[in-house]
Parts: sequence; C-alpha cells; structure tokens
Amino acid sequence: MALRVLMFGWEFPPRSSGGLGVACFGLTRALAQEGVRVRFVLPKRMDPEVNYMDFSFADIPDMVATGVNSMLYPYVTEEGYLSYYQQAGVGIYGSTLFEEVLAYAARAAAIARASSFDVIHAHDWLSFLAGLEAKRVSGKPLIMHVHATEFDRTGGTGVNAHVYDVERRGMQGADRVIAVSQWTKNIIVERYGISPEKVEVVHNGIEERDFRRLPSELDSWKAQGKKIVLFHGRVTLQKGPDYFLRTARRVLEFYPQAVFVVSGIGDMLPQMVREAVLLGISDKVFFVGALWDEERDKMYQAADVVMMPSVSEPFGIVPLEALANGAPVLISKQSGVSEVLSHALKSDFWDTDEMANKIVSILKNESLQSTLRTNGNREASAVTWSKAAQKVLGVYQGLAHV
Amino acid sequence: MASVCFYFQVHQPWRVKRFRVFDIGKGGRYFDERSATNLNNERIFRKVAEKCYLPTNKLMLKMLRAEPRFRVSYSLSGVLMEQMETFGEDVLESFRRLAKTGQVEFLAETYYHSLAFLYSPEEFDEQVRMHSEKLHSLFGVTPRVFRNTELIYNNDLARAAERLGFHGVIAEGADHILGWQSPNFVYRPQGTTLSLLLKNYKLSDDIAFRFGSRAWEEYPLTANKFAEWINAINGNGHTVNLFMDYETFGEHQWEDTGIFKFLESLPREVLKHPDNDFVTVSEAVERYAPVGELDVTNFVSWADTERDLSAWLSNEIQHDAISRLYELEPAVRASSDRRLMEDWRRLTTSDHFYYMCTKWWNDGDVHKYFNPYESPYDAFISYMNVLEDLKLRLGATTTTT
Repeated sequence: MALRVLMFGWEFPPRSSGGLGVACFGLTRALAQEGVRVRFVLPKRMDPEVNYMDFSFADIPDMVATGVNSMLYPYVTEEGYLSYYQQAGVGIYGSTLFEEVLAYAARAAAIARASSFDVIHAHDWLSFLAGLEAKRVSGKPLIMHVHATEFDRTGGTGVNAHVYDVERRGMQGADRVIAVSQWTKNIIVERYGISPEKVEVVHNGIEERDFRRLPSELDSWKAQGKKIVLFHGRVTLQKGPDYFLRTARRVLEFYPQAVFVVSGIGDMLPQMVREAVLLGISDKVFFVGALWDEERDKMYQAADVVMMPSVSEPFGIVPLEALANGAPVLISKQSGVSEVLSHALKSDFWDTDEMANKIVSILKNESLQSTLRTNGNREASAVTWSKAAQKVLGVYQGLAHV
Repeated sequence: MASVCFYFQVHQPWRVKRFRVFDIGKGGRYFDERSATNLNNERIFRKVAEKCYLPTNKLMLKMLRAEPRFRVSYSLSGVLMEQMETFGEDVLESFRRLAKTGQVEFLAETYYHSLAFLYSPEEFDEQVRMHSEKLHSLFGVTPRVFRNTELIYNNDLARAAERLGFHGVIAEGADHILGWQSPNFVYRPQGTTLSLLLKNYKLSDDIAFRFGSRAWEEYPLTANKFAEWINAINGNGHTVNLFMDYETFGEHQWEDTGIFKFLESLPREVLKHPDNDFVTVSEAVERYAPVGELDVTNFVSWADTERDLSAWLSNEIQHDAISRLYELEPAVRASSDRRLMEDWRRLTTSDHFYYMCTKWWNDGDVHKYFNPYESPYDAFISYMNVLEDLKLRLGATTTTT
C-alpha cells in the first residue's frame, strides 16, 4: 500500500512568490514518482462560504491539493500583512496574521479528521500550527520541514518573538525536523535548542529539464563589450542587495565596462535605487523588475556572472538555476547551496572587496568564466529533486508504520 | 640479485599569497603570506620539517651508519633548497650530514620544479643547470641522473637528459608504457645511450599511499612482509625502484601509523636474503645493463590514476595561466632584472597549476588535501593577478631602459 502524506504548505506554483513554492512543487512531484500519495493543503483565497476544497494539478496526477480558505501568503511580516489585509478589504477572518495562522490550523484539524494518512509533513512556520493540530487530532507522526527561519528572514536583527515561538514549538512538537542545509540545521540546533539527532539535512534540488538557448535581448550591450553581472531574487535584507551595489561600485573602479542588473522586487527596492544614485553608479545599475520563467532564463543566459550575496540563505535555488542556464556564479558562504556546489566562486557576504576581486577576475578571464560554467553546469545538474525525495522518503519510512 | 633503489622527492613550492585586483601595481611581493593559512610558506615548511624532514633525516642517518650497505637517493628541488636556507638551516644541516655518509646520491631536476620542458627548451636547460649548481654549492656534489618534474617523461625528455650529459633518467613504470614488460629492469630510452629506471608503482604505493590504510587487505604492512615481496622479485628482476615523496614519512603517513618503525626495520629484513642489496640510482645504472629499448611517445607522469599531464594541464584555466606565463618569457629575459626573473621563475613551479586542477570527481580527495587555496578558482585568481602585476613591472623596466 502506498504511503500517504498529509502535507501543509502555503504556496504552490504558478501562484508563488519565491523559492518555497518551487521547492514544494519539486519535492511533491518527485515524491509522487517514488509512489508516495500526497494531499497538499495550502491557503487559498476563496469564496467566504467555502472552508476548503480539493483540486488537482495536471502535472502531478497522484497529488490531491486541498485549498483552505485563507489570506495567508508567504514572506510577510506582521506589519506587511496588515497593510495587505486592509487593502484587500476583507474582514471576515482574523484581523492579524497570527489569527489567520490559527484559523488555518483550525481548518487543518478538520481536514486531518476527515482524511486518512500515515505521516504529516508541514513546510515552514505559517503551517507549523496546522501540522501540530493535525498531529493532535490524528496521533500520526509529524515532520517539520524548515526552508527558512526567522533569523534568515530578518538577517538576525528584529526577530519577531511570536514567529520564533511558533517555529520553536513546531520543531519541539515534531517527531523529525528536515533542514534544507547544514547551515539551517546549525541555526535550528543553536538558536532553537533542537537536538541535532532529530534534524535531518535534505538539500533541495532543481527541476531536471533540457537546456534551451534563448534569444538574448541584451546583444547590443554585449556588442559594445559590456559585461553583465546579475542579481536575481527578492530585493530584501536577507538577499543582500546592498552588498551587491557596494561590490558593483568597487568592480567599476577596475572594470568600467561592467553593467549590473537587479531582477526582482521587494521592500528594499526604493532604498536600492537611492543607494545606486548615492554611490554614483546609477548609470551602470539597471532595475528590471521581477522576471519569471523564460524571461528569467534569458537574463541568466545573458549574464557573465550571477551573484547571490545573501546574508543568510537556508538553501538558495538561484545559483542552480543560473548554472543550468550556463551562467557562472558567485555565492555567499552564508548559504546552504554552497554545501552542494564546489564549482562556484564563494565569499563572505560582507566582504565586498573579495567579491569585487572575484567578479573582476571572472570578467577579465574568459577561461575562468568558461571553466566555472562547464564544471558548475555539470555539478548543478546532479542536484536533483529525486535525490531529495529519496531522503525524505527515508524519513517517512523511519516514522510511519505501514 | 634484487637491488632495492630508494629515491625520495623533497619539494616545497613558493605558494602565491592571496593577491587581489587591488594589489596589482602596488609593489607588493608574491610569496610572503604571513597569515596563519596554508599559503604561508614558512609555516608550511616548518610544519613539514618538524613532522617529516628532521625526524626522517635523523632516522636515515642512524640507519646509514648502522648498515654500510644501505643506500638512498634524494631529489631536492631548487626552491626547496632555497626554503631550507631561508626557513631551515637545521634541515639543510641534516641533509649535509646524510650527504657526508657517501651512501646518499642526489638527483638532478629543474630548479623550479617546473613544466619548462613542455613550454621552453631554453628555460628548461637553464633551470637544470641552475639546479646542478645549487646542489654543488650546498653539498659539493654533481648529479648524474635526471628526474623531470613529477616524473613527466617521454622519448624527447630522455634525449634532452642525454644532451645535458646525464647517464640515467627515471620515470613512472606505468602499465601502458611497459605492456607485458617488468619495471624491475633497466631499459634504454629509444634513440639514446642512457639508462632508464622505472618506478615499481605497486610496491612504492604500498608504502606511500596504502601503508596506514586499515581498509587495505595487507594492513598492517610489516617490514618482514614487504621484504618477502622483494624476495619474490629475486631471480626475475634486477632493481626494485621505490620512488616516492619524502613527506610520506611523518606527513602523509603519520608517525602513529608505525611508518618510522617500518622504515627502520626494512634494511635488516631486506638484507636477510643473501642476494638482496641496496643501490643508489647511479649504482643501479652502472651495475645493470639495459635489457631492452623502451619507446615512450606520449607523456607519462606519476600523478593521479591517469598518470598523464592532466593534473596540471586539463582545464581551461590551467592552460590559460601557463600560456600567459610563458608569453612573458622573452620580455622577462630582455629586462635582465634579476628580481623580476626570479619571481617569474618561481611562477613556473608545477604546483601552481596543480592547485588549479578541477577534475575532483576522479581523484578528488588527493587534490583537495594538497590544495592550500579554498578552491582551484581562488588559486587561478591570485595567480593571474600576480601575472598582471609582473606585466606592469615589465612595462616599467622597458620604458626606463
């Protein structure tokens, strides 16, 4: 009999705003290929009369998705949530993010009572209470999957005590914890006091797909001998966009033909536009907004190097996507993905001099770019969801008695 | 007869310090890292001196004095001799004591432990000459057998060694050059009148790589057992060529593996068989006539499982770095600036290119272990920045003259 999983998340492609949805999708699909049957529960804005409903994805026939009527959406802070909530003008559910999380948990209990499954698997703090509730009513083993902690999201300052508390209670109440990297496991052990034996590291993967060369829209730049350095990701503290700009200024002292592209949006965007002006490099930095799918791949392919200067990155899918598209990468050592990539340039996120040194070298030496591209591409293609799913399945089997 | 011929390679490169784009044109030096990292040449030298050179030399001296029939050969790179003079008078003195026993021979090589043979015949000749002069000035000896960097060898190398006046040359006894033939005989390199000694890689690697490995079915290796393997060659071979890095003793195989006790017991165990003895490389050349001619067209080396040039020259960054280095050679010569020339030559050392090797998925651990840089890419970046700095200095000398 197939192993059945009740899974709680909070975003799923195509409507996702970041890495979590992509990760849940990749993992769920690979688990389905291993014969696991997943019921994926996620918040969804629906008619207020509906509590939850099942729907399905054409891509994953073995999965049932259950939408829970909710306004939760990822990467919000309490303050951000309130403004979003007021804009939406809906007043029927909880008036704060936490009330919404509680409402989600209450509905989770109802779903858990109504369905049969062997293990519960919850992704990140917004769904941790839902996971705990499902465990309480069903008595089934619970796995908490940590894709990011409050320490990553806030860069370590201004940690929200409520969020921290939910995270800690969730991990304490879980039977096993999955961390997306050793980097994250260390945070879980050191900051949340969870026993290291309880935490399994399962690195994320990337979708296996054929490389497709796309037409570049930046050929005119290239024809002028310009070299493109790309930042792709949310423009927010955690991702280190400010370090990207400071590195840019240093690079331009030695390599004036470089141009810097920021693709992504986020709360720090206005500040970054101002900073580019203050640094005197506004004519060399281009903010192009959020790019998805083919547009994003085109940008990767045009880039001479992709930088991920994250301050604290639990995993970091961007370097893998970049390498899959043939762009060499410079990543911060404060990232989980650096544990699976050896063919990448690495630096501490705060060491903008060292990052500039490396960027200049890659722009000056075609051989370096090419060697990193070839070796990195091969290495990234071995980081698959199917490997991750097999490890997750091992965790399930260690807990479920089926 | 089975004559055991030990040759130990002793070498430390001048590692390039972390040299960033901001350092170019600032007059900084290249090899003087002072931080507590593995790029600090003095730090590494002293570490290896304490763990290997000093204790092993002390033991060797004791063994040579105790057993007049015991023999060893060494190849000390020129840059190693420089480092002994700079960081280790004690080590230099201990090698002098070994030299005085008369039971020790020193081999010739390129002063800078370089790949010059592959890129510049003129530079190659000069580095070999420089090395012989250095040996003579420190130990009063003149080498007669040549060993090229990392045992890189082919027919042309043998011809070059002959042209430079050597009577013997050594190489890796790789299966693909020997075929059915045995490494335990002396051969004649095709087109020369030289003698060629080939490393018995099986028995050499039993000591150098497998000695301390508990997963090895022969573990633990005793001197008695090893001597029996040598006895088995008696009657169907002349020399057993045990060639390895000197750092095997105490550095690659730590003292707690029992490597020193093994070494100390070996002469006695080997000499128990009346037909066994020890020879230096020249004694082997003089005593045993070549049994046949060996034709080696493609380069062979003692590195990695491939035993080819790929440890130094397989990816684009390695090829790029070395060709940009040799592009500067004419200008460096023309400058007749001695410090510039010395810096350039220190950059010819093969280790710099080894550190840039990225074929980690085959013999990964070995390369990672021996790499003082965080990655091959970091090695390349510092190296290329140094080359650019050197180029600026060259420009300065040509404009002033």
